Amino acid sequence: MTPFPSPTSPPPRSALALTDVEVERIRNDFPVLSQRVNGHPLTYLDSGATSQNPISVMEAEQEYYEQRNAAVHRGAHSLAVIATESFELAREKVAAFVGAHTDEIVWTSNATEAINLIAYSFSNASLWLGGPAARRFRLGAGDEIVVTEGEHHANLIPWQQLALRTGATLRFIPVLDDGSLDLAAASEIVNAKTRVLAFTHASNVTGVINPVDDIVAIAKGVGAVTVLDACQTVPHLPVNVAALGVDFAVFSGHKMLGPTGVGALYGRSELLQAMPPFLTGGSMITTVSMEAAEFLAPPQRFEAGTQRISQAIALAAAVDYLTETGMGRIAAWEAELGQRLVAGLAEIPGVRVLGPGVGVERLGLAAVDVAGVHAHDVGQFLDDAGIAVRVGHHCAQPLHKRLGVTASTRASAYLYTTTQEIDLFLATLAEVRPFFGVTDAASSNSIGGK
Amino acid sequence: MSDLQNLYQQIILDHAKARHGAATQALDSIDDIGMPDGTYLGQSHQINTTCGDDVTLRVVVLIDRPTPEQMVIFDSLPFEISGDDPRLPQLIPYINQVQWSGDGCSISMASASVLHDLVTGLPVAEARQLIDTFRDVLRSRGKIEPDEEVLGDAAAFGGVSRYPARVKCAMLPWVALEAALNEAQSL
Repeated sequence: MTPFPSPTSPPPRSALALTDVEVERIRNDFPVLSQRVNGHPLTYLDSGATSQNPISVMEAEQEYYEQRNAAVHRGAHSLAVIATESFELAREKVAAFVGAHTDEIVWTSNATEAINLIAYSFSNASLWLGGPAARRFRLGAGDEIVVTEGEHHANLIPWQQLALRTGATLRFIPVLDDGSLDLAAASEIVNAKTRVLAFTHASNVTGVINPVDDIVAIAKGVGAVTVLDACQTVPHLPVNVAALGVDFAVFSGHKMLGPTGVGALYGRSELLQAMPPFLTGGSMITTVSMEAAEFLAPPQRFEAGTQRISQAIALAAAVDYLTETGMGRIAAWEAELGQRLVAGLAEIPGVRVLGPGVGVERLGLAAVDVAGVHAHDVGQFLDDAGIAVRVGHHCAQPLHKRLGVTASTRASAYLYTTTQEIDLFLATLAEVRPFFGVTDAASSNSIGGK
Repeated sequence: MSDLQNLYQQIILDHAKARHGAATQALDSIDDIGMPDGTYLGQSHQINTTCGDDVTLRVVVLIDRPTPEQMVIFDSLPFEISGDDPRLPQLIPYINQVQWSGDGCSISMASASVLHDLVTGLPVAEARQLIDTFRDVLRSRGKIEPDEEVLGDAAAFGGVSRYPARVKCAMLPWVALEAALNEAQSL
């Protein structure tokens, strides 16, 4: 594809964003988008769950297996050297993409594993593994871990479990009615006992983008380690982890045009150096005796066993694709789509958007509650028209409960989403309540829910 | 009829609204409920992990029409028992009462409502056969044409079998009934 020059100073949003013509050209790079589903052209609005892959990403993975497949970081033959170089070049590209040093990026299977890696390293440190250097990761009774009410289960349950294993207490920053964090409460909840503050960069349900600067400042004020779930932002916004000032960040390959099976952990060099490993075994050691082992420096210390080599290389191809297109332009395009979504949803009777309303910054996604019709039925109706959306709790049950629903219907866009697709979604959603015979918001008329 | 209309037949939409046998509030645990001799209670809570939909279903199994003495005890319990109805079976275990609560899509809620109508008053053995028949139809991917003579309103769920992602929705209350009967009969 044609690389787009990145602007030196940000022009007005409309000029910065991708154009309709460019989006049409981008779509040609995604074969899956050209198919028909249930007799209609596929309208894929589930990129928040998993994105589609451009040809270049699939070719990168295939080319690796055809030309360069070998075990990395072991073996001295030529193919092994080429494979290792490709694998490490991929790390370099992904690190640069998020503003990290190369050795600050650890490959994981996905973002969930990356968060578990941090939590289990804390856990191991709490068992006095890792020696004096790991003292800062030791948790026990009296220590507190803080998350938010808006987390994906992946950034909640590992911390619940860590609290159970160490005796630490888990607390949370509440979410307000509009989906934003209660920062006033955060200043109370985060205190001298807080050792970890884990929070999402942007909500996969409400599309709210959290004020990372403010939250990091609160955490730094008490010396707490910050963990950023960047799954919904690294694919969609320009993200620089060093500039954000977080200690750890995690993201997933399959949500950013890459393959499944690969994700990444960013950790500030100083912290990774001090942290004991989570998974242990081959490839992460220097010397081994029958009694003990010495570990490699990061990132290898955290990459036990044969790695997801082809996936990492394909993820680097995805990063190339995103960089060439321009993250600023992608973000501006999706911001427009997000506003088009909420503006259109506000016009449909009986439809409530979870989170901020029209005109407030949000990701290019929106989750809705359709009065009187259960999300599964909404999703079925849309699917019949070839429209793929996510229905259910989107792995965020506490947030749904907070917003007064058990399930919602979410449309999420990406760089290949057109304005026509958003409009088709809106027009089809408007037909849902009439189809199910629900004409007003009265619950007596409901065909789903409680 | 379009595929979608075949899935969401009017019978299903009607039952989803009417919700026969639905309790007015969520069913509590049955641990503290003492049953008269010769009567059995079972309850099961089932969750569809895909979407979080849930159904709690309670079943009262009697082996004969309730006696006046039993009715006095039943009057103090949090469910209604059908009294000396001549249509009720005698001297075989049968389902006297089905009650459920839940939160879910129209398919799961309608399925619970239809189930209530079909199995209330039915001998347990026949109810179990019905569960198996319903399951076979739903798992057939549209290959088994449901017999309306046997399945009654539940035959309307034949269209669901073409949507593998929705089979769990329709099965949810039936799985709950099976588990509740197992519990009642193990007592």
